[in-house]
Amino acid sequence: MKFLDEYRDCEAVQKMAQTIRRSTTRPWTLMEVCGGQTHTIVKTGLQDLLPEAVTLVHGPGCPVCVTPIAMIDRAVAIAGRPAVIFCSFGDMLRVPGSSQSLFDAKALGADVRIVYSPLDALNLARANPDREVVFFAVGFETTAPANAMAVWEAKRQNVSNFSMLVSHVLVPPAMETILSSADCRVQAFLAAGHVCMVMGFEEYVPISRKYRVPVIVTGFEPLDLLEGIQMAIAQLESGRAEVENQYARAVRRPGNHAAQERISDVFEVTRRTWRGIGEIPASGLRLRETYYRFDAELRFPMEIRDAEESPECISGLVLQGIRKPYECPAFAARCTPDTPLGAPMVSSEGACAAYFHFGRRIQDGNPVVSIAAAGD
Amino acid sequence: MCLAVPGKIVSIIEDGNLGLRRGRVDFSGIRKDVCLDYTAEARVGDYVLVHVGFALTVVDEEEAYRVFEALRELDQLDELKVSAPQ
Repeated sequence: MKFLDEYRDCEAVQKMAQTIRRSTTRPWTLMEVCGGQTHTIVKTGLQDLLPEAVTLVHGPGCPVCVTPIAMIDRAVAIAGRPAVIFCSFGDMLRVPGSSQSLFDAKALGADVRIVYSPLDALNLARANPDREVVFFAVGFETTAPANAMAVWEAKRQNVSNFSMLVSHVLVPPAMETILSSADCRVQAFLAAGHVCMVMGFEEYVPISRKYRVPVIVTGFEPLDLLEGIQMAIAQLESGRAEVENQYARAVRRPGNHAAQERISDVFEVTRRTWRGIGEIPASGLRLRETYYRFDAELRFPMEIRDAEESPECISGLVLQGIRKPYECPAFAARCTPDTPLGAPMVSSEGACAAYFHFGRRIQDGNPVVSIAAAGD
Repeated sequence: MCLAVPGKIVSIIEDGNLGLRRGRVDFSGIRKDVCLDYTAEARVGDYVLVHVGFALTVVDEEEAYRVFEALRELDQLDELKVSAPQ
């Protein structure tokens, strides 16, 4: 596929890795923010190409992983109501709530459907005027323009049986939370390229200055990630801390203006609770008052109690890059993708699932086999 | 979840049912209708990055090849071949 395959080219990747090995003189810890980037790194074994001095830790950029249990419980409760068609992106369905996942709800008879786009949910609403169609709007800034457009269109076309359960989160406040933690190990960020494709990267400039960290807007293919790492290390080695753009084929400094406008037409910034991390001020989006009639939380009011995480799950530490998934005693033993204790083991982009599926066991200093293939 | 896939616009429909501007986008043989409201500058033949049915950016083809030029300039490939014959 053009604009994908070139960035997976083995020779180019090796060449970039060699540049990194040559320029690294000291130990550095970098965090890639986005779960999609984590997935590429672990799946392709990029860490093995890097010098030992370079450590990659994995960030909180998996929307599935940071959606609070109480929000999953609310989704399950709404999905179970008569006349509701509950629509969601596929990877939310297996995430465990306090007692059920959306898949469990579907097995018990709820009408839960996987959609590719929020516009598919809006079309379902128009095709089923006697049903209540609810879309689970989960995601980062990348997904916000699509979800904003669905609500905007619902209002314009007066589709009154459509609503959204909004659990949108924003990347920069989470980066600041990580940087201001006493346990922070992160010395440079690979910022999430597709988030920046929408939002641009001006908002990272004050973060980079305040915390003296290089921030490299980075793409998702192996060569992108290695170039991002190379740019970060070049800054660290020379004592610079700036915002740079590796992913210039997709990201422009101001971002996508039309998309930003539609987002702020429909949504406003609010505080959000991040699963495993806690509440972060001004870290998410909710519908503006003029769109309240499309808010599923208001349309289906119900009391949802705060739910407890499994006490064994260390996902909060994993999501902040403080621990690696395999440092968890439950990893690949009591916690697997079939019986997950926490969301990072569920989502295909979750760091724990990535290590489970693609992480390699080291035996006598040699990587042998994926943890999943090795059984327990 | 923030996956965005590059595809080539093969046709543009200006008065789509949902969204004002839709395009038919080819992803290496698979064709899908995509909302182009956020990429007003996109033309037939352009590559766009598509996320959940929405084109969010037009791929800058010049920038796309910059990394390969940089690698060529480093000319490390030849060096690799010379210094490490296997």
